[in-house]
Amino acid sequence: MKTETDLTNVNVNMARRSFLRYAGAGVAGIGLLSVASSCHKDHNVAPTAGVTDVGSGDIGILNFAYALEQLEAAFYLQVIATPYANMPSIELAYLTDIRDHEVCHREFFKAALGTSAIKGLTPDFSKIDFTSRTSVLGVAKAFEDLGVTAYDGIAYNIQNAAYLSIAGSIVSVEARHAALIGNLITQGNFVSSDQVDTNGLNISNKPSVVLAGANAYLKTKVSANSFS
Amino acid sequence: MNLFSIVEEIEKIDPEFNDRISPRRDAIKNITSFGSKVAVAAIPFALGNLFKKAYGQTASASVISVLNFALTLELLEATFYNNGMNASGLVTDTSYIAQIQADENKHVAFLTSAISAAGGTPVTASDFVYLDFTGGSGSMAGPFTGVFTNYQTFLAVAETFEDTGVRAYKGQAPNLLGNQTYLTAALDIHAVEARHASAIRYLRSSKYGATVLPWITSAASGSTDTSGAASNDTGVAAVNANYGGATPENTTVQGGVNILNLPSATSSTTTVAAATAAFDEPLTMAEVLAILVPAFTKPTS
Repeated sequence: MKTETDLTNVNVNMARRSFLRYAGAGVAGIGLLSVASSCHKDHNVAPTAGVTDVGSGDIGILNFAYALEQLEAAFYLQVIATPYANMPSIELAYLTDIRDHEVCHREFFKAALGTSAIKGLTPDFSKIDFTSRTSVLGVAKAFEDLGVTAYDGIAYNIQNAAYLSIAGSIVSVEARHAALIGNLITQGNFVSSDQVDTNGLNISNKPSVVLAGANAYLKTKVSANSFS
Repeated sequence: MNLFSIVEEIEKIDPEFNDRISPRRDAIKNITSFGSKVAVAAIPFALGNLFKKAYGQTASASVISVLNFALTLELLEATFYNNGMNASGLVTDTSYIAQIQADENKHVAFLTSAISAAGGTPVTASDFVYLDFTGGSGSMAGPFTGVFTNYQTFLAVAETFEDTGVRAYKGQAPNLLGNQTYLTAALDIHAVEARHASAIRYLRSSKYGATVLPWITSAASGSTDTSGAASNDTGVAAVNANYGGATPENTTVQGGVNILNLPSATSSTTTVAAATAAFDEPLTMAEVLAILVPAFTKPTS
């Protein structure tokens, strides 16, 4: 475990430097974002004890995404480590792929954020029965749907076009996951009326709504006080 | 969306906002009537109308251009599904296709309303010389001949349309940077197109044995795969371009981070399959139009 972590950090630091250069957001850029966001947000951003706040500006948004991807990755790692009874091979293959995508997203944000990243979160999966297909797929659908509404809901706050593109590249994959899980639960249930409105638009959610859902499965509670 | 918190936010930036809108009873009345004509969920655009009237400005030409580009795609998609559902005996999985058809027609109606509300002129079906879903430049005898008589061809074209729609919306997101109303709506449609793409791929795989996954899983390429040959996982070479481009679907470096070098669940590196499937890449407007014009459609002017 320790050795693996050290190896990861080497990758992370190198990757981060190139990411920030690519995105045009060096140290000065981050400072600028912090100032800009503190100008017009009068809401209470005082940290709450024991709660991890994602921070402000684009870094805060990337950390918000990182928090959600940590939760999703941890969930699917457990799903594959302890498959539910009689998991069909096709479902094992699909869920393994999704696990790999979510780990990929998590590691991407970790690498991109480098020292600006929030800490590793501890999940609380005590409410999930990993032996039950119904329980696992139900939570999987909730997480995927939540992820889609989260990216769509926070995207307009993103100030850097490169970050926006990456958020867009990830959210459609989350939507692909959400539709598949919906179909696995009930054939043809990929644009359910609780997720897609009467205009054919996916719903989106404010970070506070998203985190209320996510925190139910996290021991380490997360807030996004800059994005009320 | 909470209208009141938004007005509160605006007042912080523009303390005269209330003064600007309250004396203008005509504007407020018009907004109410606009709101009553469109579905309740179109409120974000009614709000766009509020801004326009309060500040005497229309949405910028670039925003309307993005919306009309999106509407063009939706018109193509809606017509495609309408024709398919109308073709006798073609569609057997109506529980899937009818839902997608309904969504695409809703997108047409929604974008048409939105463009009108923003002061633009929405494109309509009469703005096209032809729509040729065989990809035959109007000959109706292109590579997808039989698209409305052969269900498997229909599904393959549907899959490509949905994947391309996802890429097209994604490519326009940076042009709507910071725009709460239009960016959010565009991304909300984008997510629904991705749901459709996933469902068509799942249907083709689970019921008809096609070797596709719900997500686009590309092969490695030594260089940028502009042709799309390595990025296209559909097995239909005629649609390579839909998966290629300047940022092809098989991209493995995201934002300067080499995904292949990141740790995965079982290894200190990540596979090409996971790295390419975990991210969907954008197509530019020019790339999308080059795919669609003239093979599938031709604008009147």
